[in-house]
Amino acid sequence: MSVHTLSVLVENKPGVLARIAGLFSRRGFNIDSLAVGPTEHEEISRMTIVVNCEEHPLEQVTKQLNKLINVLKIVELDPAQAVQRELILIKVRADTDTRSKVLETVELFRAHVVDVALDAVTIEATGSHDKLEALVRVLEPFGLKELVQSGTIAVGRGGRSITDRTLRPLERTA
Amino acid sequence: MTEQTSQVHPSPQAASGPADQPPGKSPSHPGPSPLDIPARPAPPKAAPPRPASSVQHTAPAQQGASQPGAHSPRPSAQAASAPQTAGSGAAGGATSQAAGAAGQLPAIKAKVSGAQALVMAMEQIGVEVVFGIPGGAVLPAYDPLLDSDKIRHILVRHEQGAGHAATGYAQATGRVGVCMATSGPGATNLVTPLADAYMDSVPVVAITGQVPSSLIGTDGFQEADISGITLPITKHNFLVTKPEDIARTVAEAFHLAGTGRPGPVLVDIAKDAMQAMTEFTWPVSYDLPGYHPVTRPHSRQVREAARMITDAKKPVLYVGGGVVKADAAAELMQLAELTGAPVVTTLMARGAFPDSHRQHLGMPGMHGTVAAVGALQKADLIVALGARFDDRVTGKLDTFAPEALIVHADIDPAEISKNRRADVPIVGDCKEVIADLIAAVQAEHASGHKGDHAEWWAQLDQWRSRYPVGYTDPDDGSLAPQYVIERIGKLVGPDAIYLAGVGQHQMWAAQFIGYEHPRTWINSGGAGTMGFAVPAALGAKVGVPDVQVWAIDGDGCFQMTNQELATCVIEGISVKIAIINNGSLGMVRQWQTLFYDERYSNTNLGDKKAEVAGTRVPDFVKLAEAYGCIGLRCEAKEDVDSIIEQAMAINDQPVVIDFVVHKDAMVWPMVAAGTSNDDIKFARGMAPDWEAMDE
Repeated sequence: MSVHTLSVLVENKPGVLARIAGLFSRRGFNIDSLAVGPTEHEEISRMTIVVNCEEHPLEQVTKQLNKLINVLKIVELDPAQAVQRELILIKVRADTDTRSKVLETVELFRAHVVDVALDAVTIEATGSHDKLEALVRVLEPFGLKELVQSGTIAVGRGGRSITDRTLRPLERTA
Repeated sequence: MTEQTSQVHPSPQAASGPADQPPGKSPSHPGPSPLDIPARPAPPKAAPPRPASSVQHTAPAQQGASQPGAHSPRPSAQAASAPQTAGSGAAGGATSQAAGAAGQLPAIKAKVSGAQALVMAMEQIGVEVVFGIPGGAVLPAYDPLLDSDKIRHILVRHEQGAGHAATGYAQATGRVGVCMATSGPGATNLVTPLADAYMDSVPVVAITGQVPSSLIGTDGFQEADISGITLPITKHNFLVTKPEDIARTVAEAFHLAGTGRPGPVLVDIAKDAMQAMTEFTWPVSYDLPGYHPVTRPHSRQVREAARMITDAKKPVLYVGGGVVKADAAAELMQLAELTGAPVVTTLMARGAFPDSHRQHLGMPGMHGTVAAVGALQKADLIVALGARFDDRVTGKLDTFAPEALIVHADIDPAEISKNRRADVPIVGDCKEVIADLIAAVQAEHASGHKGDHAEWWAQLDQWRSRYPVGYTDPDDGSLAPQYVIERIGKLVGPDAIYLAGVGQHQMWAAQFIGYEHPRTWINSGGAGTMGFAVPAALGAKVGVPDVQVWAIDGDGCFQMTNQELATCVIEGISVKIAIINNGSLGMVRQWQTLFYDERYSNTNLGDKKAEVAGTRVPDFVKLAEAYGCIGLRCEAKEDVDSIIEQAMAINDQPVVIDFVVHKDAMVWPMVAAGTSNDDIKFARGMAPDWEAMDE
């Protein structure tokens, strides 16, 4: 088993997320994380799907995804050649005694405090999965009140764009 | 819905060539009309002139010329009346239609209701028949349908019947079958036939009414999320809530259903969208940027396959339903005779290669012939053509054909290496793949490489003569079901269309009727849908009215959909239904006999105290007569021929024959589920002696 990151370009139409999620579940795949959002082109949405599976089943699910009429393109991102980020929001217990220590940790991880209350601070951080895991580990002793995390989004390194060629035909019709 | 997709009449864009295409999904190109399917199911890619990167599909304005051979299942007739059988012809047709859409053909422009737009779009696409039942949410569509002189609506008795009828129609003609139902329960009754059509890759379009868009999501009366429900059992589906989207969506649905790997497509239309006014324009342009079936095989792969075919000592052509769908029977014949390789035809491909041909070993799989199963098991090369290595064919997968290299040709890349890894994958339409293979094999032959299969054939012939498919008459003098089916095949002949339900009678119909032509055998293969036969026969007969249509049905299957006899009588659809009445759910009973210690839990359909064989509840003859059909009964071997002949002579009424047969007849050969093909039994407890054959 190994972790694979798929970038899936899809038509921005209702129900596309359900089609993709449904396909994963009925073919017996667990999605580690899924993030979806708009792209630079309003007709296209981009999903970043992280799955943990063997090579052969991954090829199968990719082929099945490709069969979905609303799927435009699928690219597997090589972790070494891609920037992968997650966003995390953590509400940590922090009173007057511990606040400075919490803020120190925030500094160390280049995270930000986005909200302060008398007994807690809310921290925002972005980074790789590993970095955020480490942050959570260090903050845990202070007491985690609430934690929310996004799926991974990822983009390949270098000047090339995976949307370029996909967009060209669409633009012509616009 | 995006804005640019609703554009009308775009001029073709300058070509930018394949280099511009992103891998996997390439820009769209004009596809043929869905009605081109009888000739070829997939859009040609390489034929000039090719506006390669034009992204707008344009639905055809006129379909009259693009309905070749729709009324004949015979390949010769199709070829004769189908100019687009030739590659360039098909492309030319599609391209000129696209060009026509750009301004040469008179376009239609009218202010109409959404419902009228739906009916007009179907008329323009060339739909000649719709099977369905009206109801609240789909009422608006039924109103303009009443005025249509192009579309015949056949009112069925249950929506499941509408779906299977559309499937039978599509399988018999190669054209897209259409069914229609209302929202909620009407739509959910289509679920089974849609799942069935999906498993067997049948081009079907289902139109369903939906509650008004303002009520969607509120648990409105007769609301069901049918597009959500059918997500995993359709090739694609649509929910339409705006009247201006209806015509375009219908055009897209027919294109999707009929091209590439065919399949069912559902269009769910909100009632208010059908009632509102809109501008209907035709031809309509549409854009499916993520849909580009590959039909042209890769030439290097084809050459490699040809080299392997001529190298192989023990090759087999493993032919699946894709060959029938691609109308590639003539090409298959040429390839088979050129290579001299044995041919096996799967349950979905019976008829793709004549049973009478010397190179045909019969059907492989769970109830296949020993020769066909053995050929695959012992082969050194399997050339899979439009087949999908179904578990019913391979048996226990990891012991399947251990010595064989695999060439796998399919139009759906997801089928390749799904179950068995392909050594040479070929993505393409079977008609084109086989044509290219012929040329490549000829080139191999010309350079002196010619396979020698004499030893292989000696072995195959030995299997074939030693283990023919057979049966014995029951000791008590009752009727053998196999005999009945065999006689129907003999007397009715290979020009008729045969259908079956699911179970023992289906397997016997696949084994004991000799098929000579594609599209003369129609059954529910992948889904195994009991109740398929009667409505599918009805649909097939409507599609091919001049041919005898015989449904071989079981007494269990028949009772699931027999209400469509009313449809047959009222619409004048003269099908023949041969009920193989053993008074039980025979195939399940067979498994109980073999694997459950003869504990017959709930498989007896008859009166447990009755002395007669079969079931008399209901009395099928009286039931037939109640519906206005001719009802006949046959209980003795000596009457079989005369009763079949009597049925054949009746052409103005549906005929139901109750063949009362012995309940303990079993289907042999058999590879038990989950076991290896090596362990095939040709009769109970009797395994072929593979060793002795290797002498």
